[in-house]
Amino acid sequence: MIAAEPQLLTGGEAVAHALCQIEPDVVPVYPITPQTPIIQTFATLVADGAAHTEIVNVESEHSAMSAAIGSALAGARTATATSSQGLALMAEVVYIAASMRAPIVMAVGNRALSGPINIHCDHSDSMLVRDSGVVQLFAENAQEAYDLMVMAPRIAEHPDVLLPVLVCQDGFTITHAAEPVELLADELVREFVGPYHRADALLDVSHPGTHGPFAMPDYYFEFRRAQADAITAAGRVIDEVADEFEGLTGRRNGALEQYQVGGADEVIVALGSSAGTIKDVVDELRAAQRHVGLLKIRAFRPLPLRELRCLLSDAADVFVLDRADSPGGAPPLAADVAFALAGEASRLHSHVYGLGGRDLHPEAVRDVFLQRAPHYVGVRGDECPA
Amino acid sequence: MSELMRWDELGPGGVVTPAESPRPKTGDWRTNGRPELRLDRCVSCLLCWLYCPDSAFKLEGTTLVGIDYDVCKGCELCVEVCPAAALAMAPEADA
Repeated sequence: MIAAEPQLLTGGEAVAHALCQIEPDVVPVYPITPQTPIIQTFATLVADGAAHTEIVNVESEHSAMSAAIGSALAGARTATATSSQGLALMAEVVYIAASMRAPIVMAVGNRALSGPINIHCDHSDSMLVRDSGVVQLFAENAQEAYDLMVMAPRIAEHPDVLLPVLVCQDGFTITHAAEPVELLADELVREFVGPYHRADALLDVSHPGTHGPFAMPDYYFEFRRAQADAITAAGRVIDEVADEFEGLTGRRNGALEQYQVGGADEVIVALGSSAGTIKDVVDELRAAQRHVGLLKIRAFRPLPLRELRCLLSDAADVFVLDRADSPGGAPPLAADVAFALAGEASRLHSHVYGLGGRDLHPEAVRDVFLQRAPHYVGVRGDECPA
Repeated sequence: MSELMRWDELGPGGVVTPAESPRPKTGDWRTNGRPELRLDRCVSCLLCWLYCPDSAFKLEGTTLVGIDYDVCKGCELCVEVCPAAALAMAPEADA
């Protein structure tokens, strides 16, 4: 069933191939490093006739998401892609996309937000739209980025969900690094994704409706409550789609991945490519008889809080690694895990690492497990200067 | 929609269909007079119907039959575009 041999592709190229196989009707997009190779590869494939997609070269990311909303609500399958400042500029409209229940699939090459201006990976861009109501899935490597992209339209377009789905991959670390990737056959992806049909399509003039109506204090809260319900439903749909995808490929891409979590006393919780490094350190410490594990989060939104609690409450120590900071408050993932574990006996340790593309070395991960690491892992200077 | 809906009664995105939509008499907002239609001069070119920013011009088929003052805001655009001098601003009937 799987097409031929694995191909050597970067994460960006892998996702572009997934997009080509999904063949969205419309892709409004604006280039930005490190997302550019995604749309560049996709545009080349479209120009070569591999997909029949209307690519709209818009003048900004704000326009990209605005056009994507119109397109998705009109009844066209719609995708886009961005990074960092692009996502920041788009943020206002990302909230609107979620509230108008536009099932847009968006590839994100995660990159640090300015300033200082930087082009390398951290998750501050994703965290900026954390509360917008969009689904956010994080990939560990190029294969996962491809797989999650193939799954994304099914999640986004499910009638109980109808929300944007962001498929996030670490900028450069994944977007620009070539790895062997198994691509599915085109027909298989097309069959898996299926057609997009929207019952209340904007262009269905025989059933007119007002989309995005004004909501006063008597209705705004009900809208937001309904939106919360939609993203909760996405949790169930992610599981269903992951089951089906696993049946097709043998690869499981559920909301969480447990790596030696069963019976572990010490567990790291993390998102993205650093999971690969952490798994190596888990193997090494397990060989030295230390009961350590990794809980990798693919679905950051909706975050499966109940499962997190079940899986982590037996661990004596839980180390949350955030690749974004919340100056003056708790880092975003640490805050979520603390919420999930409220009332449990596990000790929670919060670490911030990798800002602006700073590497996370195995020694640093070892220090985290051995409780020798400072809150800010890998920064020069003392934790508490004299 | 006199009864306020619960959150789980809202459709995705809260799309409002014509059946659910209240039809308030927004013509209440009109100030400074209203357009009067002289059907004897009207040539049914429908420019008024086309230019009206609301839906104040009532048609039967393609023939203009009157003005719906429940939605007319008195913007005077119709008076401006009428080529047959069939529309002119006049004081409110009850003024």
